[in-house]
Parts: sequence; structure tokens; C-alpha cells
Amino acid sequence: MLEGIVDLVNTDPWLQRKGRFVNTSLMVELADDAAPERYRLVIAAGQLTTVAREAPGTARFIMPQYELRLIAPRAAWMEYWKPLPRAGFHDLFALRKKRLLEIEGNLQPFMANLFYFKGLLEAPRRLTLTGLLHA
Amino acid sequence: MLEPIIGRYLHLAIEGVKQRVYFEEAGQGIPLLCLHTAGADGRQFRALMNDAAITAHFRVIAFDMPWHGKSSPPEGWEKDDYRLTSESYVAQILAVSAALGLEKPAFMGCSIGGRIALYLALLHPEMFRAIIGLQASAHVDPYYDLEWLNHPNAHGGETCAGVVSGLVGPQAPSAHRWETLWHYMQGGPGVFKGDLYFYKIDGDIRAKLGGIDTAKCPLYLLTGEYDYSCPPEDTLEAARHIAGADVTIMPGLGHFPMSEDPERFREHLLPVLAKIHGAVR
Repeated sequence: MLEGIVDLVNTDPWLQRKGRFVNTSLMVELADDAAPERYRLVIAAGQLTTVAREAPGTARFIMPQYELRLIAPRAAWMEYWKPLPRAGFHDLFALRKKRLLEIEGNLQPFMANLFYFKGLLEAPRRLTLTGLLHA
Repeated sequence: MLEPIIGRYLHLAIEGVKQRVYFEEAGQGIPLLCLHTAGADGRQFRALMNDAAITAHFRVIAFDMPWHGKSSPPEGWEKDDYRLTSESYVAQILAVSAALGLEKPAFMGCSIGGRIALYLALLHPEMFRAIIGLQASAHVDPYYDLEWLNHPNAHGGETCAGVVSGLVGPQAPSAHRWETLWHYMQGGPGVFKGDLYFYKIDGDIRAKLGGIDTAKCPLYLLTGEYDYSCPPEDTLEAARHIAGADVTIMPGLGHFPMSEDPERFREHLLPVLAKIHGAVR
């Protein structure tokens, strides 16, 4: 699903302006006992250059390298990615407040570029609108 | 077009320290002393002061807390980190109210202002004719590392605004959303963090809520649905310990109701103000 946000992010003028100094890599994890899923994202000057997915049935990541890790239950991410999430699920810090989201690693790029990272991780909401997610 | 808002500077001593405090006001009638959220300033009340339905009956006054907005930090500010405590917060509100000669004003504060509303209701109910706490809770546990709010490796304005951006309700009008965030981008270094010392560490009032006597001063608590810093359940939990507290949960609104979506907010505020106004007829 996060594969679908590459063009959205890379062609969004506001996100590109906000993220022009962002060079990092992150792991986004959907915790799920039955079907855990992970995405490794690489960002160069605000451009998403890599989105790799690991899930049951795909090849395992081999020694994946990343600076930042965001992990939350799958159900929390799914609510967060709805076009209008329920209160308490509508922002990364809302998920933090509920202790549903853990954010670990090198926090500097994230905290110095919050508008970019929030926009990046909210991008799947736009896929929802076009029916590509939650179909 | 000229707005009816007038701003002036007040010189006074607060806890023995000279301060130059900026305040704005509009309207006539019952003084309504308004306190902004952490890391912001009195501009959050711009819509209230431009609302004739309110200013016909209320003299709306909002001051920028020392260190905030157009108020100066005190002389020698560069030597210490700013840190707000419940004691200094109560002291500045009483000092400004007295210096302006306000007689039994109504009080309205948001977020940290909502928390201090609880302190005023506990400690000084006789000073106010009514107290309104917006986004008021008794305590908030830290849920992110506050050091980033004033850190050389992150732009303070971008980081403070980025942290609070999700506290604006998702359906707030864009212009008001970004005006609200702009105030956060303009805060001085370490000021938002210093306010949060009161909000998350020093200002825990949970054990004292039972001492609030709403017979001495009516207490109204209004909280927006999308606030996760002070979610509705936290306001309701506080109210459970305060006999007679009047609670309104505001659907769709976030942490900055008066600033992020004034039109939606006034639907909830006007009935409260009508009760306060009606009580003095």
C-alpha cells in the first residue's frame, strides 16, 4: 500500500518544499500477529527513492538499514489512513498519546521536518479517496 | 476596514519582577479575561473580539503572557531558561487583572489556560464571577521528548508548529488552521517548552479537584473532540471530581477552538456566555 504513495509524494509541491533537506531512511511497521508487514522507505532530498515491502509471502529483508522506526498495530494505521480518521487516530502524535505508536532511532530528521513526515505518512489517505486503499 | 480591537502595553510587577505586558481588548460590559494556550499569544482570541454578539455584553481582554507574543521577557531573561509554574501563572493572572482594575471578571483560558482555570477555581473563586476552562484536564503525561522544542538541531518554529498541527481539528478552515500554527512558529526559543513544564510536570491538580466549590464560582468546561492533548475523556474525568462543573464536548473541534474554528466554537460558547450575562441582569 505504501508503494502507491511514491508519485503522490514526489510530485506534491508543498511536500517537496517542506522536505527538500530530508535525507534519511525509515521502517514503517504494521504490527499484526497473523500478518506483520514492514515498509522500508528511503528519502533523498524529499524524494521517495525506495519503498520496499516485507510481508508474509514476500522475500524477507536482508539486514535492512534504516535510521528511524515507526511501529503501530495494523488496526491503528488503518484507522489513521482513513480520509477522516476517528479522533485520537488522526495524527502521529495522537497515536503517540494513545501509546499505540512507537517512534525510535535517529529522531533528528523527523523532529526537524515534522510537516514533511506527517504529510508523507498521511499520503495513503489520498489513496483511500481514490479507492486504491481499503478497496 | 478597522477592527474594533485595541492593544496597549501595561507595566507592572509580577512576583516582584518588572514586566511589560501587551494586551488587547474589545467590547463593553462584563470583563472577560482570556488566556492563550502554551507557546502562543492573545491573537488566538481575535475572532471573539470581532464578534459583536459577544462584545455587546463583554469587555473581552486577552494579554500575552510575559515571554509571549508582544510581551517582553523580563530583564535578564538571557541568563535562565523560561519555566512556568502554577504559582507564577496564578500570580500573573491576578496581577494583570488587578492592574487593569477588573472587578470580578469572568475568566476563560485554553489548554494551559484551561488547567490554570482549575487552579483559579480552587484557590481564588471569590475573585471571578465565572470561570471557563477550554481543553481543561487535571494532568497530561508527556508523550514526546520535549527537548526537541528547543534544540539546535531543529528549527523551533517549525518543530513547535509541527508538534501541535494535529491538535487542530481536521475540518478546521484552512486560513484559521494556519494562522493558529503561525503563532506557534513565532514563539520565542524555549517558551512553548517552558509552558509545558507547568502543563505536564508542575501543574498536576488531580489530587485537589475535590476542593473546587462551584457554588462560589460557576465552572464551565468546554473541550473539542479532536484534542488528543486534552481529550474529552480527560475533561470528563476531571469533572467527575468537581461537583457542579458544567461540561460541553464540542464535536469536530480540536485543541484551539477559539482560534482554529471560531464559527463552530461560538455555537458552544454563546450559550455559556448567555448564562454568565444572564446572571448579572
